[in-house]
Amino acid sequence: MATTEPRVLTTVSGVASAGDAPPARPMVAVRSLDAYFGANRAVKDVSLEFPEGQVTAIIGPSGCGKSTLLRCINRMHETVSLARVEGEVFLDGRDIYARDVNPIEVRKQIGMVFQRPTPFPTMSIRDNVIAGFRAAGRGAPSRAEQFEIAEWALQRAALWDEVKDRLHESALALSGGQQQRLCIARALATRPRVLLLDEPTASLDPISTQKVEELVYELRGDITIVIVTHNMQQAARVSDHTAFMLLGDLVEMAPTSRMFTSPGDERTEAYITGRFG
Amino acid sequence: MADPSATPDFFLRTLLASPSLHGASIGDRIYRVTTTAFALSIPLLLVLLAIEVMVAAWPALRQFHFGFVTSTEWNVVDGVFGAAPAIYGTIVSSVLALLIATPLAIGVAIFLAEFAPPWLRQPVAFLVDLLAAIPSVVYGLWGVFVLVPFLREKLMPFIADRLHLGDTPLFSGPAYGPSMLAAGLILAIMVLPYISSVTREVLMAVPRSQREAALALGATRWEMIWGAVLPYASSGVMGGIILGLGRALGETMAVTMVIGNRHEISASLFSPGYTMASQIANEFAEATNDLHLSALMAVGAVLLFITLLVNMLARWLVWRVQRQERA
Repeated sequence: MATTEPRVLTTVSGVASAGDAPPARPMVAVRSLDAYFGANRAVKDVSLEFPEGQVTAIIGPSGCGKSTLLRCINRMHETVSLARVEGEVFLDGRDIYARDVNPIEVRKQIGMVFQRPTPFPTMSIRDNVIAGFRAAGRGAPSRAEQFEIAEWALQRAALWDEVKDRLHESALALSGGQQQRLCIARALATRPRVLLLDEPTASLDPISTQKVEELVYELRGDITIVIVTHNMQQAARVSDHTAFMLLGDLVEMAPTSRMFTSPGDERTEAYITGRFG
Repeated sequence: MADPSATPDFFLRTLLASPSLHGASIGDRIYRVTTTAFALSIPLLLVLLAIEVMVAAWPALRQFHFGFVTSTEWNVVDGVFGAAPAIYGTIVSSVLALLIATPLAIGVAIFLAEFAPPWLRQPVAFLVDLLAAIPSVVYGLWGVFVLVPFLREKLMPFIADRLHLGDTPLFSGPAYGPSMLAAGLILAIMVLPYISSVTREVLMAVPRSQREAALALGATRWEMIWGAVLPYASSGVMGGIILGLGRALGETMAVTMVIGNRHEISASLFSPGYTMASQIANEFAEATNDLHLSALMAVGAVLLFITLLVNMLARWLVWRVQRQERA
């Protein structure tokens, strides 16, 4: 029900975000979400919104539930045995946990990139990029269309110039950082509305990390991005909004500039100043 | 180069290679010599076996040259020996077995690894594996009393008359029962547990990250298995198939009991045939003249050679895929 949705972004602590980032329509809205692994409640009654076309970072110490929360947004959490979700997640106003929603369709609209690069080892670079198209059974795009999609996605992932002469080679011939950008290209190729990044630079060297961060910065505007990171500097560099989680709770969410200068909660302050984590 | 003696690797090598520097030196040396001897004895056995077979096969091979593997005549009375029908029968029955068993075995493995609920997985996997534990003579008896009559009375008439395939070369001729088809079917059942076991193991070894990567792209469970899991496991699956092939090539008893033991090449799967293993088993006890014995040994040599070739091919395939994956 679009009319009842709040028009401005609010934080858990109740402070309206009238700050630097312009108020945007929420592309993804999470409402009272609980996520479980068996009896273990990994995400506790979390509500927050991810504004359209902006980058939102989720930070917090290991085990705080930030990755689990991310995996609830594209219904990947439930693919783990004994995992369970309660609550609602709205994608552009529609509850993706409603009974008639097919999780496959949700995942086609929400791309995801993981902590470690996950290229398909038996496929060429180009086949990797268009794997989403083929795997998701979107009819049968012609060869020319496939090439076009691959080029477009690789361009957007800032990888085209590095691989355009060896598209038929194995994806494993690429460096770790290139593989990760390949995975981003693969996610982009299906033209998702939201891109979820689960610590995308955790296994990368500093230069590759910088490239991925630049890419995230470039992609904002066209696509809504949620990035989970344990690296606070990274959150500060790439995001418009930052959410801080602790032990499964969402402590607060605020425009990034304010989060790192005057956090509303003393636990946030303790974390970002490095007193724990 | 820095001083090599400073590296831990050098230290370790010194420790292992020069037992005199070390307290437990004699024990180490005995251990090393013993295990080395054990390790070398197996290849040595294989080499000795190959030499022995070749020596015994030599008179026949010298007399018939390449004719031995191309000629279809096998006449004990006149002393003319050509093993082509047995070679043909061995390869056709084994390939037929693989064609039947591979899709089934992969299907079983996919079900067990991906779809079966945990309470069902173990019992079914156990029962499938148990197929490999049944003695081959028992398969043979089942073949003689159940499979062959079923083929003669039901399946062969059905294929020939109902499906109107009786005029095609593959299914022509009278339906005796004992046939290449019977051998292929019984071999398929016998090699299925090998292929399915290996495939199940390699499917379960595919990392969760690969599955998640496919699911996150919007793949269905089936698309995930077909597009990501199976390709990732393909070299292992191939290894399982080749293992099954090796098993099928050498299988003797069950095949001998159902294949019909006729020394001729026929395109029809309904016709009786022969395999190298069953020919040796059938004739060895009755072979009295030297050339006949030598010819049977030569059949054994060819079988050994083909089996080695298949195994090397398998190794090469697996190695090639692995190298691609590492590259």
